Amino acid sequence: MTTEFKRPDGRKINELRKITAKVGVIPNADGSAIFGFGDTIAIAAVYGPKKMHPQHSQNPEKGTLRCTYNMMSFSVTERIRPGPSRRSAEISKITEWALQPVVMIDEFPGQVVDVHINVLQANASTRCAGINAAAMALAHAGIPMKSLVTSVSMGKLDQQLVADLIKAEEDWEEGEGPTDIPITMTDDGKITHIQLDGQITPKQLKEAVELAKEVYPQIHEAQMKALKNMGEEK
Amino acid sequence: MITSDLTAERIREYLAKGKRFDGRKPEEMRELIIETGVSKNAEGSARVKLGKTEVLVGIKLDVGAPYADSKGEGNLMVTTELTPMSSSRIDLGPPQFDSIELGRVIDRGIRESHFIKLDGLCIKEGEKVWTVYVDIYSMNDDGNLFDAAGIGAIAALKTARIPQYDEESGKTKFGEWTDKLIPLEKNLPISLTVHKIGDNLILDPTKEEEDISETRVTVCMRGDKIHSMQKGNSKELTIEEFNKVLDLVERTQKEIAKQIEKQIK
Repeated sequence: MTTEFKRPDGRKINELRKITAKVGVIPNADGSAIFGFGDTIAIAAVYGPKKMHPQHSQNPEKGTLRCTYNMMSFSVTERIRPGPSRRSAEISKITEWALQPVVMIDEFPGQVVDVHINVLQANASTRCAGINAAAMALAHAGIPMKSLVTSVSMGKLDQQLVADLIKAEEDWEEGEGPTDIPITMTDDGKITHIQLDGQITPKQLKEAVELAKEVYPQIHEAQMKALKNMGEEK
Repeated sequence: MITSDLTAERIREYLAKGKRFDGRKPEEMRELIIETGVSKNAEGSARVKLGKTEVLVGIKLDVGAPYADSKGEGNLMVTTELTPMSSSRIDLGPPQFDSIELGRVIDRGIRESHFIKLDGLCIKEGEKVWTVYVDIYSMNDDGNLFDAAGIGAIAALKTARIPQYDEESGKTKFGEWTDKLIPLEKNLPISLTVHKIGDNLILDPTKEEEDISETRVTVCMRGDKIHSMQKGNSKELTIEEFNKVLDLVERTQKEIAKQIEKQIK
């Protein structure tokens, strides 16, 4: 079955799209990065740690990580009305949760680290690209972190597991249809974020997580490489 | 971080000698870099850099109803988002005045100059016309978003293709394009902003310079004509200064138009 399965763009089931990763793309920011899975491109900028305003939002015990995810109006074929939406509010929060376990923010009581994510161009997996860019931008900003996080959207198309979904696969029409499973993990393989839409057996889901673990090193390597090269980029 | 008094004083001292921190002459623009086709799902898109200032502009089209007073013409809508990504000074929340003004100034430049042949965007008079959305995002604000945004809008419009239209359903086929470009006039509407600091008139301010600017005039010219203008901030201008502003814009806009033509070919 593995050999016969054809993905719309001809990739192998565990083959990622071409990764682009670069830091230092927003000069004003304390840290910034661009991350792309093929045609899906996200840009993240980090400002902070800085004093939290308004004061009543301050946490005197530890710092706050605040993420905002936004899709540019022209990033998809049918224009999105600019500004926040319910979807972007949720993804912003999910992104925070995906990053919090690795960001050592306890050292910054009363302060906030802002992570702004903008999706420039979308062909599915935008939240994963956003999280990957955000992790790089935080590291680029010098925020203490236990590890990076790496995110990828796994999918099940009918019965076939695949890595790094594209839009044409999100709309899969055959058999059981599409199942979309964005997963984020730390360097040592702990899951900091997982979501799922569709239908899948527990066994298949476990396989999906294993498959994700197999493809992570490629993404992680691209993130690290960009960070190592940052000297000349900033 | 707001520019300190000390820096402000130093900028004025420099300008009095005709100099600027980055080595430019008062009337000199920063390097302009235009990249088009930066977002595939947009009908047209552009990234414009003026020095460290950067904007992204995307064009989207959709079919809608015309306005009652222009039944045979397409609609134009310009929006700007000053993103918190682009500067530590921009907070999250509803659009602030700066963002609203920027959008309106760019809108008027394009509209009043009749750069877009809106009558060529009519599908069925009184019923269906194309609406052109010009969406501008600030990516890095190091001053003069006004001019970068104006240039970005032109570059994105010039490369924008019209989507396929399904006559039966009367709807846009998003993600499928025709070979047709948006009908545009040949001459480009160039919007330039002149700032006054002390007795000096400068073009293309950095953020520090913009901070201490006492007043500014944004002028949009297409060919030989001025099509829109807006003075911002409270300091007065003498008539002599105002005439200098016009001369400066007239001289510079031709050069900028050439650069745009060259870079988006």
